[in-house]
Order: sequence, then structure tokens, then C-alpha cells
Amino acid sequence: MINIIWLVLLAGGFIVAFFTGQTEQTTQAAFDSAKYAVELGLNLTGIYCLWLGLMRVAEKAGLIRVFSRKIAPLLRLLFPDLPSGSPAVGAMSMNIIANILGLGNAATPLGLKAMGELQKLNPDKRSPSDAMCLFLVINTASLQIIPTTVIALRSAAGSADPSEIVSSTLAATLCSLLSGVTAALILKRFYRRREGRI
Amino acid sequence: MIGIVQAVSRFAITVFIIFISAIGFYRKVPVYEAFIEGAKEGLTTVVRILPYLTAMLTAIGVFRSSGAMELLIQLVSPLTELAGIPAELLPLAFMRPLSGSASIGILAEMLRTYGADSFIGRTASTMMGSTETTLYTAGIYLGSVGIKDTRYILAAGLFADFMGFAASVVVCSILFGS
Repeated sequence: MINIIWLVLLAGGFIVAFFTGQTEQTTQAAFDSAKYAVELGLNLTGIYCLWLGLMRVAEKAGLIRVFSRKIAPLLRLLFPDLPSGSPAVGAMSMNIIANILGLGNAATPLGLKAMGELQKLNPDKRSPSDAMCLFLVINTASLQIIPTTVIALRSAAGSADPSEIVSSTLAATLCSLLSGVTAALILKRFYRRREGRI
Repeated sequence: MIGIVQAVSRFAITVFIIFISAIGFYRKVPVYEAFIEGAKEGLTTVVRILPYLTAMLTAIGVFRSSGAMELLIQLVSPLTELAGIPAELLPLAFMRPLSGSASIGILAEMLRTYGADSFIGRTASTMMGSTETTLYTAGIYLGSVGIKDTRYILAAGLFADFMGFAASVVVCSILFGS
């Protein structure tokens, strides 16, 4: 998919340039963009280092464990099918907290552990359980207090106030999360009925 | 109301940094060493995304400079204007669920072209932060337990992405004005 998109952008661009007589400028734009990518990378490095450094401190202070205990009851409401005391709930809440804090590197292994635990409880090993589907939908909603990558990109692009999008992002994320969870809960009933009939 | 919302944006990072330092101190974390260890990861992260940035910035740069982007925007804008979405945002909306690194490249190019503090720039930033790479994440997580069937995950996930994008446009129009 991404191969096709990239090829269309690049080859399509040059073909259009041929017809619009912009071949020279377009070739120049290709070199300019490649050069800009490296400048951008350099600009991003400092902010990334600062943020990932802070995040490591948060991780070592055990922030994930502290907060995950607080949201476990909420998860039991969303996942009533899971047996109480299942390690899946713990792993899922730790994964969600790591995502909210922006600890991407810590979040993935926790999420994979949660998937492993959910698979143990899954009666059909070849098809994801409803709990897995809901967990993945929550996971892909990207709940995050501070969208660090975006702030870094805005700062590198010379924004006067790179962090002004924090609140708008939070509002949009919550909308996306609620829509995803609602859709998953509705589709769950629909799929159960359909699969029960077959 | 809008004043409060903007204050939240402004102080979120400050509060977060103070909070992390305080809790690190309280929990007796060797804060300096921990920071250095994490900061090293910053370097590898940039090295990792640089090839993606170059590939995407170059392709989009060519596409825009040739006039093809203008053509595409003119072509689809009657449709997107019905929904109140600026057509300029579409490249990001299409790439976001597919690839995180590629959408970083697209957002960077948009911020450079339209300006980070323009309406397009702010809305694109909000869109980028409000959703994840749905297809990629679902692929990795399901792959880790050997499941190929996706049932309703993609339908629900892509619907959530779409709602996040729509909400970004609405929220940014309210907060920043179009």
C-alpha cells in the first residue's frame, strides 16, 4: 500500500511536472526536500533527547505502576467478560497508562503481554476475542497527555507557540476514543449474532 | 472558556516536567543518570526515522512542486468542502492510519508549506496527535499472538480515526478560528 502511494507521489509528480513545464523546479524541490529532511532531523534531535530523558526518569520512578492501579476498576467495567484478577487487566492498564504518559517504548511490550494474556482466555485461537478487539481499538486511539512528536515538529517549523495544540489534541483524541469504543461495543453484538448463526 | 483551554496547553508541559522531577526525587531515582540513558534513545530515534523523513519529504515535495498537489486539491475540494474539511489536510488523513514515520514526514512538509501557526498547520498537528497508526498497531499486536483474522477491529479503528479527524477540524475552528 505504502509502496504504491510513495511511487504515485514521486513518479506522478514528475509526470505532471513534464506536462506543466516545471521539470527543473521539481528536480530542485526533490533535492531541497531531501536536504530539509536532514535539517529537520537535527532540529528534532535535541527535543527528542530532552523528552526521552525525562520519560526515562518517569519510568524509573514507577509512574506506570502507580497509575495503572487507579484505572484497573474502569477497565473491569469495559471488559466484564474477563475473570477478576486476570493478569490481562493489569497488563492492559499498564499499557494504557504508558501510552497516556507518552512512554511509547514501554507501552509496546506491555501491550504485547496483554495480548498474550488475552489469547490464553480466548476460546478460538485463530480469531480475536471481543476483549482483544476492544483493547486494540482503545490502543489505537492514541490517548496521550502531551503529543511530544507533534510539539517537536512544530517547534522545528518555527511555531510561535508549539504546545498550543495540546488541548485541541486532547479533545479530538477523546472524541476518537469514544467513537471507537462505541463502535466496538455495537459491532460486538452484531458479530456475535452473525457468528452464532453460522 | 477558551482562555482556560489555552492555559491548559501552555502549562501542561511545565507541570508535567515539575511533576516528573519531583516524583523522581521522592522515589530516589538517580535522575541525572536516568535522564542521560533516556536521552541516548533520542539519538537513535532520530536516526531511525530519518530515512522515512527523507523518503516522504522528497516524494511530497516533488508532488507539490510539480503542481500535481494543486490539481488533486482542486479535484477533491468540492467533495471535502461539503464536510467542511480543507482538502489540504487529506494527504495526512490518508497516511496517518498507515504509517507513523511517513505521516511525520507529511506533517513536517505541511508545517513548512502552510506555516505551523496557520489554520491548516494547527489542524494538521491536532489530527496527527489525535490518532495512532491503526493498521500498523493492529497488525503488530495480532501478529504477536498469531491471529490473522481482524473481525471488526479495522472498522471500529478506522471509524475512530475518521471521527478524530473530523473533531480536529471542528475543535480547531472553535479554538483558533478558520
